[in-house]
Amino acid sequence: MSETLIQVQNLSRLFGHGKGAVAAVNDVSFTIRRGQVISLVGESGSGKTTVARMLLRLLEPTSGRILVEGHDVTSKKNRESHLAYWRKVQAVFQDPYASFNAYFSIHTCLERSLGILEKPLSRDEKMATMRHSLEMVGLNPNETLHKKPFELSGGQRQRVMIARALMVKPSFLVADEPTSGIDASTRASVLNTLLDINKKLGMTIMFITHDLGLAYYTSEEILVMSKGKLVEAGLAEQVVMDPQHEYTQRLLADVPRLHSRPTA
Amino acid sequence: MTIIRTFLHSGRFVAGFLILLAVLIFGILGPTLSSKDPLEMAGSIYQKPDDKFLLGTDNFGRDVLTELKFGTRTSLTVGLLGGVMATAIGLSVGTLAGFRGGWVEELLMGLTNVLITIPTIVILILLSVAITVRSAWVMSLIIGVTAWPWTARAVRAQTSSLRTRPHLDIARLSGSSGFAMAIIDVLPYMASYVFMALILQVSSAILSEATLSMLGLGPTNTISLGVMLNWALLWESVRTGAWWAFLPPVVMLSVTSFALLAMNSGMDEIFNPRLRRR
Amino acid sequence: MELLTLADVKAYYRTPSGQIVRAVDGVTLSINEGEVLGIAGESGCGKTTLAQVLALNMQPPLYLAGGEVLADGVDVQKLPPEVKRREYRGKYISVVPQGAMSALNPSLRIRQFVADLMREHYSDLTKRDALDRAEQRLRALDLPVRVLDAYPHQLSGGMKQRTVIAISTLLDPKVLICDEPTSALDVSSQRSVLELLRWLMKEKIIRSCVFVTHELPLLYQIADRVAVMYAGRIAEVGGAEEIIFRPQHPYSTALVGAVLVPEKGMKERRVEGIPGAPPDLRTPPTGCRFAARCRFVDEQCKADPVERTSGTRQVWCWKPGASA
Repeated sequence: MSETLIQVQNLSRLFGHGKGAVAAVNDVSFTIRRGQVISLVGESGSGKTTVARMLLRLLEPTSGRILVEGHDVTSKKNRESHLAYWRKVQAVFQDPYASFNAYFSIHTCLERSLGILEKPLSRDEKMATMRHSLEMVGLNPNETLHKKPFELSGGQRQRVMIARALMVKPSFLVADEPTSGIDASTRASVLNTLLDINKKLGMTIMFITHDLGLAYYTSEEILVMSKGKLVEAGLAEQVVMDPQHEYTQRLLADVPRLHSRPTA
Repeated sequence: MTIIRTFLHSGRFVAGFLILLAVLIFGILGPTLSSKDPLEMAGSIYQKPDDKFLLGTDNFGRDVLTELKFGTRTSLTVGLLGGVMATAIGLSVGTLAGFRGGWVEELLMGLTNVLITIPTIVILILLSVAITVRSAWVMSLIIGVTAWPWTARAVRAQTSSLRTRPHLDIARLSGSSGFAMAIIDVLPYMASYVFMALILQVSSAILSEATLSMLGLGPTNTISLGVMLNWALLWESVRTGAWWAFLPPVVMLSVTSFALLAMNSGMDEIFNPRLRRR
Repeated sequence: MELLTLADVKAYYRTPSGQIVRAVDGVTLSINEGEVLGIAGESGCGKTTLAQVLALNMQPPLYLAGGEVLADGVDVQKLPPEVKRREYRGKYISVVPQGAMSALNPSLRIRQFVADLMREHYSDLTKRDALDRAEQRLRALDLPVRVLDAYPHQLSGGMKQRTVIAISTLLDPKVLICDEPTSALDVSSQRSVLELLRWLMKEKIIRSCVFVTHELPLLYQIADRVAVMYAGRIAEVGGAEEIIFRPQHPYSTALVGAVLVPEKGMKERRVEGIPGAPPDLRTPPTGCRFAARCRFVDEQCKADPVERTSGTRQVWCWKPGASA
C-alpha cells in the first residue's frame, strides 16, 4: 500500500453571496496515493472542474483543506507557497489550441515554465531539460521547438502541454479532459503517453473527465461526482461493473456501449 | 511581411495612410526646409493670395502658407503626444483594472466612469485657464491626461475576458507574475484594438488642441492650426472675406482627421473579417 | 427504395487564396427508406461537407465539382435554386447542422424560430397554423409545449436539441440529416436525443436518417448501416454490426480499436492510436489516401483502390481483411 500523496478534506466552494449562493463543490473528501492513476468523473455542472481548479490552487476553497504530503497547503496564501506548490503539482487542460500563447514559439513556452524552479538553470541545462521532456512525450525536439502552436496538430500540441508540465518534475499531474478536444485516433496515443509516464516516472495522475470509458481504461480508482457532491468512490472495476449509487447506475446505463469486444 | 500585405488590401487604409503621409511630409519637411519665419510680418494685412504669398497674408501681414506649415507641425506634435499619452494611460488603467479585478477594478472603473460623465471640453478649458503659460508640450499633457477614460473602459472589458483563457492559467502554473502575464499573455491579444484606439486618440487630440486654441486657450508661445483659426475669428476674417486666413487650417484639420479615421475604418475591416465587403 | 443517391460526388471549397480543398472527393452512397445511415469519421475527413451535400445546401465557397445528387431519381443539382429551396429543403430533406442548438437566436423565443422556419417553406401558412402544428408535434413527441414560449438559454442542452430536431421535422421530411447532434450533450441528454430519433423513425415521421459523428459506440446504438469516411472518401460501408465488429479496412479497424467504453475487457487491452495525421485535402496524395499511415501498405496501394463488394459490405481497399 503506497503512501498518501494528496488528501482532500471536506472541500467546498460557494459562488455568490448570501441566500443566492451556489455550492459548486459541497463537502468533498478523498485520498490519492502516490503513483496512482485516478479519475474524477462527472457530467457538466457536477463540480469536477471546480475541484480540479482548487487542486491546482487556481481557485481558493470556501472551506475544507487540501493536504499534500501531509502539509496543509490551503492555509498559506502567499505567492511563495503557490510557487512551491506548482513545483509539485502541474496540469494539462482540455483545449490544446487555447492552452498556448499563440504568439510565441514552443521553445519560449517551455522555457517560461522553467522559471518556477528555485534554482535557476543554465542555458544548456534548460535546453537539455526541454529536449528530454519533448522526447519523453514522443516528439522530436528539432522539429518542434522552433515552431509556433498553429504549426502543430491538436495531438502534438497536447503532447507539448504534457512535456511542459513534466519539465519541473512534479509529483502530481491533473489532466482536465485532456483528450476531449482531439480526435479519437490521436486520443489513444495521448492517453497511452500519460500512462507510460505514470509507469516510468511513478507520476501520480488524476483525470478529470465525463467519459467513463476513459476513466475505466486509465484508472485504478474512480470518483463520481454529481451536483457538487461525491456520490461514489471505489476501484474502477467495482464502480463500472457493480455501481452502488443510483446516479452512477444511471450514468452507466446511458453510456453508448458495444457489449462485446471489438476485434482489432 | 504578411501583415503589411494584409493592410494593403484595404483601400480605405491605404488611402488614409497616403493622405496622412502627405500631411506629415508637409508638416515635418515644410518647416525644416522653409527659410521663412511664420511670425514675421512680411506683407500688408489680409493680402489676397498671389505669386509672392501663395495663400495670402493674415491679420498681421504674415505669410499664411508658412504659418500653415509650422502650424501643422505643432498640431501634429500635440496630437501625437497627447494621443500616445491618452492611450498609454487608458491601456495601463484598463489592464490593471481588468486583470486584478476586485476592489482595484471597482475603484479604477468608478474613477473612469466619473471622468467620462464630465464633459471633456469643460475639464480642458478649466485646465488651460489654470495654467497660464502653455507650450505645445503642456497642451499635449493637458489633452493626454483628460482623454484616456473611454480607452480604459474598452481595454478593461477586453482584459477581463482574456483573463479567463486557458493560456493564462498555464502562465500562472508556470510561475509568471501578474505583470508578466499582463504584458506577455494579454497585451498581444489586444494589440490590434490598442493600435486602432491610438489612431482615434491622435485624431481626437489634434481636434481638441484646435478647439482649445480656437478659444484662445492654446499654446502661448507658438503657432498651431487652432491658433490660426483663433486669429482669423478675432480679426473678423470671415466678415472681411479673407477666406485664405481661415480656410487653409480648416482644410488641413479636416484632411488629417479624415485620413486617420479612414485608416481606423480600414483596420476595423482587416481585424474584423465579418465587416469585409465581398 | 433509394431516397437519396450520391454518384461519384465531388464537392470542393475554393479558398480566398485560390487553392482548392477537395473535401468530398468521389463519394458514392445511397440512403434507403427505413434506415439510419451512420457516417463515421474524424475531423477533416469531409463528413460535415458531405452532410451539406446531402442536405442540398452547398453555399459558396463550396461547389459541386462532379458527380450527381439524385433525390427520388431526380438530379437535384440541376434544378434552379428556387425550386430546390421550395420543394426539397425542409420538405424532402431536412438538416440539423452541427452546433444548431447554439445557433438559436438568444433574443427570440422558440416560437419565433418556428414561425420563421415554417414560413420559409410554406409562405402561405399563417403564423397561427405554423404554431399549432408545432404544438401538436411537440405533444406527440412528449416534449413540453411550454418550450415554445421559452428563450434558448432557459432550456437545457438536451431539451434545446430535441426541440430543434422536432421543429426541423415539422414538414415530415423523408430524409433527416444530423451532424454531430449529441457532441455537446451529457450522456443522459444524448440518450433522449437518440430515443427521439428512433421514435421519429418508428412513427414514419421521417423515412430515413443520416447520423454524422466521430463516436462509433453512438452509431452502434442508432445506425443500421455505417459508412466510414477518411480524407474525403468512403473507406468502407456496410451493416453497423459488421463494420464495428468485423471491420475490413485498416482505417476502420484502427478507428474501432481506439474506442474506449466502460465494458469488460477494456482494461486488459492496450488501445492504440493511429500514428501520423490525415492528408491535407488541398494536396491529396495519389492512390489510397490512408497508405501513409497503414500498416499493410504495399506497391499496389499507389493506385486508387477499387471498390470490393461482398454481401452487404463495400470496401475501398486493396487488401480488405488484412487487419482483421
